[in-house]
Amino acid sequence: MMSDTSQPRRVTHDPRHAIIAARVPRGSRVLDLGCGDGALLAHLRDARGCSVQGVEIDPDKLVACARRDVDVLQLDLEQGLTMFADASFDVVLLIDSLPNLRHTEGALREAARVGRSGIVSFANFAYWRIRLRVARGRLPVTDELPYQWYDTPNLRVATHADFAGLAATCGLRVHEAFGVHAGREVHAWPNLRASEAMFVFSAG
Amino acid sequence: MAPLSDLGDQTPSRMAFDAPLPLQSGASLRAYELVVETYGRPNADASNAVLVCHALNASHHVAGTYGGDAKTRGWWDNMVGPGKPVDTERYFVVGINNPGSCFGSTGPMSIDPATGQPWGSRFPVVTVEDWVDAQARVLDRLGIRRLAAVMGGSLGGMQALCWAIRHPQRVAHCVAIATAPNLSAQNIAFNEVARRAIITDPDFHGGDFYAHGVVPRQGLAMARMVGHITYLSDDAMASKFGRNLRNGELGYGFDVDFQIESYLRHQGEKFSGVFDANTYLLLTRALDYFDPAAAHGGDLTAALAPATARFLLASFTTDWRFAPERSREIVRALLANRREVSYAEIESPHGHDAFLMDEPHYHDMVRAYFDRIAHDLKLEDAR
Repeated sequence: MMSDTSQPRRVTHDPRHAIIAARVPRGSRVLDLGCGDGALLAHLRDARGCSVQGVEIDPDKLVACARRDVDVLQLDLEQGLTMFADASFDVVLLIDSLPNLRHTEGALREAARVGRSGIVSFANFAYWRIRLRVARGRLPVTDELPYQWYDTPNLRVATHADFAGLAATCGLRVHEAFGVHAGREVHAWPNLRASEAMFVFSAG
Repeated sequence: MAPLSDLGDQTPSRMAFDAPLPLQSGASLRAYELVVETYGRPNADASNAVLVCHALNASHHVAGTYGGDAKTRGWWDNMVGPGKPVDTERYFVVGINNPGSCFGSTGPMSIDPATGQPWGSRFPVVTVEDWVDAQARVLDRLGIRRLAAVMGGSLGGMQALCWAIRHPQRVAHCVAIATAPNLSAQNIAFNEVARRAIITDPDFHGGDFYAHGVVPRQGLAMARMVGHITYLSDDAMASKFGRNLRNGELGYGFDVDFQIESYLRHQGEKFSGVFDANTYLLLTRALDYFDPAAAHGGDLTAALAPATARFLLASFTTDWRFAPERSREIVRALLANRREVSYAEIESPHGHDAFLMDEPHYHDMVRAYFDRIAHDLKLEDAR
């Protein structure tokens, strides 16, 4: 959906939460890298009985996590995850975090080291409406990418197909690769039809 | 004018203990007294108790005032009080002056019953573990079986960590701020400079200066000056003082030219008038000796294994005395033990001193954490 405002999405009501939760085993130990206000982790704790740990760099979001009773560590993902031992979590989440990082590949490799499995999601830049907008000569401002080109916190954009390539480079075993659009899973032509990409992987 | 504390005037109390306190050194402290101050009210089972541990220069007087004088506000008055991050409408907060200190508890200035003279340099070296054991006896007497939280910054944070390790069943939450799992060589070096300044002051008299009617003020002042430098960041000093001159021009001598010199001398002077030299030696030694990992071959993860509390750790970006990396070591060890831990690395220009200031994100984080403790423990608001 196109929008001309640059209001960030209300992460709390992210329809992807249910889709992600369905792929996180009950009672598992979950690490969310770039956990934002902790809403997803609180959901996984309350709905799936998970023990949860967040990592976040933004101090306001850190406080929001504490208010939700979600344990959070203020760490810079660019510095790697030296804090965490190999395979110390059942599931590692990277939800909208990768585009904000300079060292994308390094962060993904670290996530795969620390977690037995992982779920990655981000705005898919190959979504057809974005393609149309770019074809008209303008960068898109959408619900998933709600920023102007000059004020976006994202350092990079990626497509569903691009990530599949990076996952292969990093030796990840991809179990599921699909799209999410308007809160629904998109399994046919996700690179074209879905505004968000989602990958479920385990460490090679 | 500093505003008065929301807590109003306080009255410390004194507790006498007849049973000797066994110390880590192998010695023991015979009958002793501790000064205690409390804020708020205990609930029926005292499950709302929070112990606040003091650092080097502070005392049991955590919050509130004496005699309506704003200048007597407690050292953590911005943190503890009604409506503060540690809300005394909800929590029963306890401050204890540690043995060996100089604010009323038994220490080097007290009379050694064996000799009828002040203890002076013969006061036994006490450690963080000894303090925690002494504090535990105070809690016994107050009817506190389990702390909702133990909390402290710097040397106080070390005591909070020690509590979590030494009495895990008595600590629900551990809040350790601007602290470290042990002192670095650089830290010990600063402490040693401070101690040498005191010990080599001719007025020190081997620690028995009380009998000579003097105080090693020069040495104490120098110790404080060195310490003070390490509590501030380079940036904070630059922005507060820069190269500003006190009289607008160079004096071409060795008296005070720069504002920073004037400030440090003033701090040293002030401190040497109120603090005991032997206490300064003891407290810096307690800092040096704290190293829970030492008993486990340097393995901090093993040292923290007995701890069952949930943890909040916080550090400050410009604190080079207890740098963020030292707090991260603790976080790493807690994670390796699969403990529940939150960690905030607070952006602040104020160096180590930041832990005493009301940096917004810092206090927001502590407030949110204490709200969650209240929720965890189903504490009622006393209002």
